[in-house]
Amino acid sequence: MDNAFKKFTRSPLVVPLFALLLIIVFNLIRDVGFFELTVTTNNIGNTVLSGNIISILNGASELAILAIGMTLVTASSKGQDISVGAAAAIAGSVFVRVLRENEITMPVILIAFLASCVVAMIFGAFNGTLVAVFRIQPMIATLILFTAGRSIAYWINGGATPTVESPLLGNIGSFIPGIPIPTPILIVIVFSVLVALILRFTNLGLYTQAVGINEKSARLNGINTVLMKILSFMLLGVCSAIAGAINVSRIGLINHETLLMDIEMDAILAVAIGGNALSGGKFSLAGSVIGAYVIQALTITLYAMKVPSTAVKACKAVVIIAIVVIGSPIVKAYAIELRNRLFQKSVNVTES
Amino acid sequence: MTSDRDRFDQIPKNSGRERISNTNLLLIITICTFVGMYVLAMLIWGGGFVNPQQFIDIFNNNAFLIVIACGLTVVMISGGIDISVGGITALVTMICVVYLDDHGGSVIGSLGLALGIGIAFGLIQGVLISYLEIQPFIVTLAGMFFAKGMTTVVSAVPRTASQETFVALKQYRIILQGIGSYGKAGNFIPARIELGVIVAIAVVLLIFVLLKWTRFGRNLYAVGGNSQSALMLGINVKRTRFYSYLLCGLLSGIGGYVYLLHTGAGNASNATAAEMQAIASAIIGGTLLTGGVGNVIGTLFGVLSLKTISNIVIASGLREPYWQSITTGLMLTFFILLQSAVLALRENRGLKLLPKWMRPRSGEDG
Repeated sequence: MDNAFKKFTRSPLVVPLFALLLIIVFNLIRDVGFFELTVTTNNIGNTVLSGNIISILNGASELAILAIGMTLVTASSKGQDISVGAAAAIAGSVFVRVLRENEITMPVILIAFLASCVVAMIFGAFNGTLVAVFRIQPMIATLILFTAGRSIAYWINGGATPTVESPLLGNIGSFIPGIPIPTPILIVIVFSVLVALILRFTNLGLYTQAVGINEKSARLNGINTVLMKILSFMLLGVCSAIAGAINVSRIGLINHETLLMDIEMDAILAVAIGGNALSGGKFSLAGSVIGAYVIQALTITLYAMKVPSTAVKACKAVVIIAIVVIGSPIVKAYAIELRNRLFQKSVNVTES
Repeated sequence: MTSDRDRFDQIPKNSGRERISNTNLLLIITICTFVGMYVLAMLIWGGGFVNPQQFIDIFNNNAFLIVIACGLTVVMISGGIDISVGGITALVTMICVVYLDDHGGSVIGSLGLALGIGIAFGLIQGVLISYLEIQPFIVTLAGMFFAKGMTTVVSAVPRTASQETFVALKQYRIILQGIGSYGKAGNFIPARIELGVIVAIAVVLLIFVLLKWTRFGRNLYAVGGNSQSALMLGINVKRTRFYSYLLCGLLSGIGGYVYLLHTGAGNASNATAAEMQAIASAIIGGTLLTGGVGNVIGTLFGVLSLKTISNIVIASGLREPYWQSITTGLMLTFFILLQSAVLALRENRGLKLLPKWMRPRSGEDG
């Protein structure tokens, strides 16, 4: 029992789970009915679930998907991609452009999505090449796309903010008739399971970690480090394309300036809250996904407390600092030392 | 696995002069690019580019960016990053305007307030990053969120300062006799410089001296270059890092006040994306994010290059706003690749960038 507890406290998941628990307990104390689920009928006659849990899970979908990709990039390249928001805007613009030039049917949506995936992967490969071949710091390399990306998205749709309307897109963005859970949640589940299976049954996860922990020894062991890094950036490209497609389907239009604005910062935070070292190496996908939900839960809680939307950022910042300070190794070591000293003192007292 | 003997052999013996250091080489490239770009613009488009006022306006409009980019250069040399500078700038403008107008504050008081806010941010971020060893990106990201959030808490609507002394200060222009242009009526219009520019130039010179001739500056390069060996040399690595963030915070406070002197308004959208522009300027100026290499003079030219390219884009008729960020991106790509290539050649690992068949046969294959 004691051993299991020790094992648990050393696992990387302890920080995000603790943060999530803290937010849940805080909400339950504040308002017992906070997590109540209600069944309602929406405007097109579906029976759907609604409530704060659903809005947290639903709202964090894009973030969770990007956090998965960001974790892999962080693990392999020891840095972060700050262009995911811009890449999602580009992918979303391609998605909308293809949809608008055709009759919207299911195959067309699929083709549009694949096209946006390909474009996002090309941009991911661009970032990856800068990082892996030219050995530029990831944050600096992706700064290029960060500055230029939203302008490229603007240019794809000729400067307009076009709308796309179709019940099929509504299915992707909100609910499929007959299923009471929002589709983005299902997409996140399917995608996480898929990535988890890929990592489980291929060498991708192992190789990514090897490259991140010690690049030289990974190369000497026959791993193509350049390819692994580029691959992780391309995978993040796919994640951006999925996030972009979900967001476009959700709101039914594309605004290249505001689509997933500042999400790169949240995605990096999700990775950090998830207990992953931002300096690369070992990673835990589950931690990052939980981290994404922690961030969204925090946002929803602050909104529920009637904090003005503009001040939410400031509150978020304070909570984030609190979480990372508690989780920092120095503070942990200090706390352990303090406990030992107190314990020692009490032993001494009983002896004398 | 090169031995010291091999390294020694690689040093060219025929040249009597010292090799140019990485810092200076990147600086020279930046200055040459800027001068070349500007002369080319003068030759091709003439007009505005020949007008001295337009050149001085680059300084007038971007004095705050020069100041915060200097702070960022200091942090980047030490191997860190600070993305809260833009947020602090916005917060300082807003608090100073509210203090001046609603609380009957004086100009001196508002200046003190600006410096105090900057120092407070630098202090907290510095302690968290250097003494608690939390990743600088996360800490300063939270700092940015906090500053931006607080800006809207202080006042949700944009405010314009109307306090008389401040407005007089804001409208004060230093007139350069003898330099200027002729207006349409043939009258001579002398060039005008804002107060903020003087502050910015002073900051650049001060930081230049600080980095070059003080112990702190030397320590900064040592810590950024290799913190392990800096520690072995007996340099207090943590304190050096802490001071770099403190200095960056202070400069953000000054930058905020300079911004206010230019626009006279407090607004939550002030200095949006300034942190990224400042980082880009520092990179163009030859500062490496890996630390240990950099120069504030380069950063100054980085800001100038960044803004000149926007002017050129406008002059060449690409008026749509998206062209500016696309060209900025292209320019960043160019400079980043250039830096990477130059440093790779310097370290003799440039050959590795080439495909296998292009490498010379002799020598080991790393």
